[in-house]
Amino acid sequence: MAKIPVQFTLNGEDKAEFVESGVTLLKALREKIGDTSPKGGCQQGTCGACSVLIDGELRLSCLTLAETCDGASIVTTAGLAEGGVMHPLQRAFLDGFATQCGFCTPGMLMAAKALLDRNPDPTRDDVVEAISGNICRCTGYEPIIQAVLSAARANSHQVA
Amino acid sequence: MSLGLQSFSTVKEAEAALGAGARYLGGGTLVVRGANEGNTSFWTMVRATDPELSMIEIAYGTARIGASVTMAKVAAHPDLAAIAPVARAVGGPAIRNMATVGGNLFAPAPYGDFAVSLLALDATVQAGGRDVPIEAFLDARDGNRSIVSSVRFNVPKPEAFRFVKVSRVKPKGVSVVSIATLLDMDKQGKITAARIALGCMADRPIRARAAEEALVGKTLSADGIADAVAVIGEGIQPITDAIASAWYRAEVLPVHFRRLLLA
Repeated sequence: MAKIPVQFTLNGEDKAEFVESGVTLLKALREKIGDTSPKGGCQQGTCGACSVLIDGELRLSCLTLAETCDGASIVTTAGLAEGGVMHPLQRAFLDGFATQCGFCTPGMLMAAKALLDRNPDPTRDDVVEAISGNICRCTGYEPIIQAVLSAARANSHQVA
Repeated sequence: MSLGLQSFSTVKEAEAALGAGARYLGGGTLVVRGANEGNTSFWTMVRATDPELSMIEIAYGTARIGASVTMAKVAAHPDLAAIAPVARAVGGPAIRNMATVGGNLFAPAPYGDFAVSLLALDATVQAGGRDVPIEAFLDARDGNRSIVSSVRFNVPKPEAFRFVKVSRVKPKGVSVVSIATLLDMDKQGKITAARIALGCMADRPIRARAAEEALVGKTLSADGIADAVAVIGEGIQPITDAIASAWYRAEVLPVHFRRLLLA
């Protein structure tokens, strides 16, 4: 199968790659580009571990074909920290023990970022809804919900 | 054989490429999932990038929704508030940013909750340049070789349309059953026309004709709906999956139908 040229920005950096036609964005990111922060869990759209932001929208990279992302802006968990300083969400996850095995964490972070980007002051129900497509088998979700709420509070204090 | 994607700018060109071993790619939540699961019945994915497919037009009470419009876009549209709860009932946020209106017409039970509501709304499906009533479209969808470009329906008055998706996992989970009803009522509250559509009660959305007939002339009271509740299960062949058995689905259908009507 012919290789297809694809260009997009990944966490603000220009990327140009030749990918196999029909390959998923998840596979292209992990195996071609070397960003292993999105995780391959169910590959069915059920677990959310592969979640990334494509043009600001939360998407599942396991169900997105790489060549459909030509010209897009992609953000993954690997792009959250700036200059070695953790993103407030990452900080809150760490401080609040919202991570155990860590496999769901990148997807949870992206789902939470998608929420806070459009709703900086979410209610608990908003957070539950925002991570409803992400499965965590360790934490029972409560520490994750609290971490997202705490990151939102920390952010609003910074702005104020 | 390895997979490949072919992109075309028009529906017509894409349709011409839909030969043996090809599947039309909407949002990817069904087709790419199938590929990931090892479905070898297709090796080419075909898509059309025509912007027309992503448009929502509402004029004189009729909505025309392009097949590539996502559930998130339907849920956010100010003039589609009546059916926004249906779009929000599909998947989690990421799925709703991907799953399309056109794709939902092909989603096998327990998926396809949006198509259940389209069946209740008596939508018209534009496929292959032809207008097809949704019921006929759903019946014949397995042999469909044309591309759906849009669906059209009269936007219901909020009070005329009811929908429930019953899930065991909150807030997100696949359907045990989904029910959509469109009820016309006169000023005295007497039902003059009823359309009822059910999800998970067959491999695709079906109508509950016996219950529809039993509702006409009645009011939405416990007594008024009793006959319809008694026959809501007529003609159903519920699916069995990891969420619920066919027996369980058949048992709880009248309960949820009754609750929906009396809500």
